Amino acid sequence: LPQAKYKERGTVLAEDQLAQMSKQLDMFKTNLEEFASKHKQEIRKNPEFRVQFQDMCATIGVDPLASGKGFWSEMLGVGDFYYELGVQIVEVCLALKHRNGGLITLEELHQQVLKGRGKFAQDVSQDDLLRAIKKLKVLGSGFGIIPVGGTYLIQSVPAELNMDHTVVLQLAEKKGYVTVSEIKSSLKWETERAKQVLEHLLKEGMAWLDTQAAGEPQYWLPALFTELYSQEITPEEAKEAIP
Amino acid sequence: MDRFSWTSGLLELGETLVVQQRGVRLCDGEEKLNFDRGVLLLSTHRLIWRDQKNHECCISIPLSQIVFIEEQAAGIGKSAKIVVHLHPAASNKEPGPFQSSKYSYIKLSFKEHGQIEFYRRLSEEITQRRWENLPTGQTIQVNKDPQAGRIRAVGIVGIERKLEEKRKETDKNISEAFEDLSKLMEKAKEMVELSKSIANKIKEKQGDITEDETIRFKSYLLSMGIANPVTRETHGSGTHYHMQLAKQLAGILQTPLEERGGIMSLTEVYCLVNRARGLELLSPEDLVNACKMLELLKLPLRLRIFDSGVMVIELQSHNEEEMVASALETVSEKGSLTADEFAKLVGMSVLLAKERLLLAEKMGHLCRDDSVEGLRFYPNLFLTQS
Repeated sequence: LPQAKYKERGTVLAEDQLAQMSKQLDMFKTNLEEFASKHKQEIRKNPEFRVQFQDMCATIGVDPLASGKGFWSEMLGVGDFYYELGVQIVEVCLALKHRNGGLITLEELHQQVLKGRGKFAQDVSQDDLLRAIKKLKVLGSGFGIIPVGGTYLIQSVPAELNMDHTVVLQLAEKKGYVTVSEIKSSLKWETERAKQVLEHLLKEGMAWLDTQAAGEPQYWLPALFTELYSQEITPEEAKEAIP
Repeated sequence: MDRFSWTSGLLELGETLVVQQRGVRLCDGEEKLNFDRGVLLLSTHRLIWRDQKNHECCISIPLSQIVFIEEQAAGIGKSAKIVVHLHPAASNKEPGPFQSSKYSYIKLSFKEHGQIEFYRRLSEEITQRRWENLPTGQTIQVNKDPQAGRIRAVGIVGIERKLEEKRKETDKNISEAFEDLSKLMEKAKEMVELSKSIANKIKEKQGDITEDETIRFKSYLLSMGIANPVTRETHGSGTHYHMQLAKQLAGILQTPLEERGGIMSLTEVYCLVNRARGLELLSPEDLVNACKMLELLKLPLRLRIFDSGVMVIELQSHNEEEMVASALETVSEKGSLTADEFAKLVGMSVLLAKERLLLAEKMGHLCRDDSVEGLRFYPNLFLTQS
């Protein structure tokens, strides 16, 4: 019998706390509304402020982009900004996949997304793109972020890229290409291991082989060709982008 | 604009590219010029502008010529700009497009955006002055003319004062926003603590809390963007919102699925649905959580996850295993096919085409030939001809 009493107590306590949370939630909503009325524009216009905002949320354990139904999204409009950006990122990656095998530098992605958004749209920073991409991962189509040099390569296909592949990509970043000898001397690997990694990248369409290079064959990464930045997305490629 | 010199645009030894931006127009002070569409490159040493139509037309200016820079916001019909205030040209400067100019500043007009990133990088480079540590082959002219220096000092003081005032004003706005943000975050933190405490109670009680209360709790978490600390799931991470969403999706996706052979990747669905909505978009998590409830709610669609991790929505009536049979026929007719070729033939996305071929392989109907030329699938003769 005493046990039953304790059980009852337990239920009541949780109910109390839920009621408390509901009340606090309403209050918080009001605070957020006030904040939004003063600073909503700041968030829209100032990418540094967005970064601060996101970092503070992360510190306390809150994800303002988790749901379009969340308070943050509804009242500050941050949700729509990033979710729309997500759509634009997917479209650019799909359109260019046949060129680069599903790997693209953050810089080129940034350029192409800006172009697609048009003259009158809100400017977006590279940090904004990274946050949108982190959210896209959840959809299972292979979005990933690979640090190389001082920047990032964005993967948009479900190809498996392990540590070995990543390290070779980082090595290739400086010149846009890499050779077996360079891998062996920089990373101290055996020929077989270097070849395996390069062949995997070739198979995935992320690397192209130049057998006519002076010396030994060069493995080029189309994602790193700077000249390609200025190339427009052709109408055929744009059709690919919209399923 | 008389500070610019003609250049080949090739980077010198020791000079690195920092950032570049297309669609930039150069203005001499307030006057527009013929340099109306170019790629603007920022290196550790220079600003380089190359005409997009005529690649031969390429000019540059050393970063050491820059006194300071300001941002100018976009307006209606006007692009955002960066105003670059310059030292007078050095007397031994390499020849450029203009001999003289009545302005001591230029404007960079960003017709295709990118000004935020560019401004940030340019500020960094001007502050770090990396060109001083990395001497390059070409002698970069720095103005050492003393008389010009005196004239410079007078004109600039006024500008610097204006800039200081503007900075104080901006700082004030930003610090107020940050203050308000900090206070808001304190309150949000309290909510997080409370939710953890409730979650612990739920874990302890294990079944004494009602279904209804759990759903309520989950919806509170959703509003705040707090991850669900309770691992015990009744409806995935579902709330009433996700159940509603699942039903909506079933309605919206029926026709598109039929048009695409009964199957679509989750990424395709995300884009389709959000483009149709325009406003109040779904987050990727909203979509996944709603899709997890499709089968539970006995809706005519379902979520399927392939071995590769690729997630798709299928019509209940769709049977991927049956599609494999027809895929086998197609591959046999052609002898062999890659995922790209199969996708084009059948009119599917490459992503889903690949999954179907992989499934056929898993079921033993196809064999792979994995070479550097790509992944090619053949009918499995080992099976049929053994």
